[in-house]
Amino acid sequence: MPVIDCRGLACPQPVVNTKQALDQLKEGELVVIVDNASSCGNVERFAQSQGCQVKVERREQNFYLNIQKAKGKNEGNMARPDGKAKKVVIYINSDLLGGGDEALGSFLMKAFLKTLLDLETKPSRLILVNSGVQLAAEGSKVLESLQMLSEKGVEIVCCGTCIDFYELKGKMKTGMISNMYDIIQSMLEADRVIRP
Amino acid sequence: MGPEDLDQILKGLPLPKDPKVLVGLDTSDDAGVYQLNDEVALVQTVDFFTPIVDDPFTFGQIAVANALSDVYAMGGTPLTGMNLVAFPIKTLSPSILKEILLGGLSKMEEAGVALVGGHSIEDPEIKYGLAVTGVVHPKKILTNAKAKKGDKLVLTKPLGTGIISTALKGGMASEEAVRKIVESMVTLNQTASEWMKKFGAHACTDITGFSFIGHALEMAIASRVGMVIQSKAIPIFPEAMDYAKLGLIPGGAYSNRDFFSCRVEVHSNVPDLLVDILYDPQTSGGLLISLPSNEAEKLVASLKKEGHIHSCIVGEVVEEPRGKIRLL
Repeated sequence: MPVIDCRGLACPQPVVNTKQALDQLKEGELVVIVDNASSCGNVERFAQSQGCQVKVERREQNFYLNIQKAKGKNEGNMARPDGKAKKVVIYINSDLLGGGDEALGSFLMKAFLKTLLDLETKPSRLILVNSGVQLAAEGSKVLESLQMLSEKGVEIVCCGTCIDFYELKGKMKTGMISNMYDIIQSMLEADRVIRP
Repeated sequence: MGPEDLDQILKGLPLPKDPKVLVGLDTSDDAGVYQLNDEVALVQTVDFFTPIVDDPFTFGQIAVANALSDVYAMGGTPLTGMNLVAFPIKTLSPSILKEILLGGLSKMEEAGVALVGGHSIEDPEIKYGLAVTGVVHPKKILTNAKAKKGDKLVLTKPLGTGIISTALKGGMASEEAVRKIVESMVTLNQTASEWMKKFGAHACTDITGFSFIGHALEMAIASRVGMVIQSKAIPIFPEAMDYAKLGLIPGGAYSNRDFFSCRVEVHSNVPDLLVDILYDPQTSGGLLISLPSNEAEKLVASLKKEGHIHSCIVGEVVEEPRGKIRLL
């Protein structure tokens, strides 16, 4: 079990050292030793903000923080330098992936969403626009993947105007109906927008 | 040093009584005031610290804006400054020190303050600041001891510079957050001071190392009043909330909380992260002004027009609980 000795270090160094150690740790335990209450409070907060369980034990003038990291919680590649999770938005504006053969496009879209579901790193939002909204409607071949993505916390957003255009009102099986304002807002606020 | 350590050390020091000392150590005020004659009193203060930003010129500007602030908070006019410098001259390039001093000078020029000397020592850690001398009319001193029941409290700068500087030290602050605090910290409290005098302020202090709560409490205690603070109204740098959540809180915030929290009643609706920011030590923070209720809106409007866009009314002065703050 890694032990990070932060005694004698001033704020924010104990937090910085804990962050580095947590980024390297895939899962399991980590012990951080600090020698003052402020550093103890700060390290405890940081670990909790990263979704870890923390137990604090006081031994004489030192604090031992036992930090438990669960698998998949805040993998390093999803953390921004300021520690917040990255906001990745996926923008889908067609029921097909790519502009070539229709059958191939349909197959690729299915593969794209299925693979996305299997990967550890998930986008925060998936936006469906134009014929893309058909993917979330009755009869879609990728409905299951979308529903499972939604269960895993990916927000699925469908363009209301497009639903009206394709006459899919009442036939949507997943996601929430949204408008251009909200869609643009989330694209502007995202760290990255991916268009497959 | 934290408020508790300082309190212990200063307690029981044999301070000579001198009728010409109009403001001394006893009321925890911003600067000392010494009467010269019926028309003029000297206002004196000194402040220095280690770099809180990477750019030496900017650090110089912040250090001087911060040192001058104590004079402005007393309603005085700063006249002269003397540099205080600690610098590792054997290991760092002298050009860095030159940049710091140029930054400091630029702020003195803006404030109309003459640099008349200074003192430097060799030290492994950079420190810079200023000893300032100013003047004030003995009858127009603005201490922290004359806040009156019914007054409104105006704060002129957002809070959170300590937490964001800590995030910067840890390499976790966004450029945007740093830009915002730098802009705030290099802003002189000069115009805010001029306007509060025009609107008949009763009392004033600047928000620095002892945090918003600490300095507000010093005012409440010295004025023998209580304060009700509307936490939602307090201007803060939004990023400070994010960084506080990550545990990027300076040690000083913990000492402030330990020392002052026994005099603060926090309503259960106030978010914990916001309370953290109220204990955050500030560098070159804004003025906290206590003034008649009917003038407060006008002061805020004038300050906003002058570029202090975050100014707002954050609470009011009440009779009870004396020497305490209620945070709603």
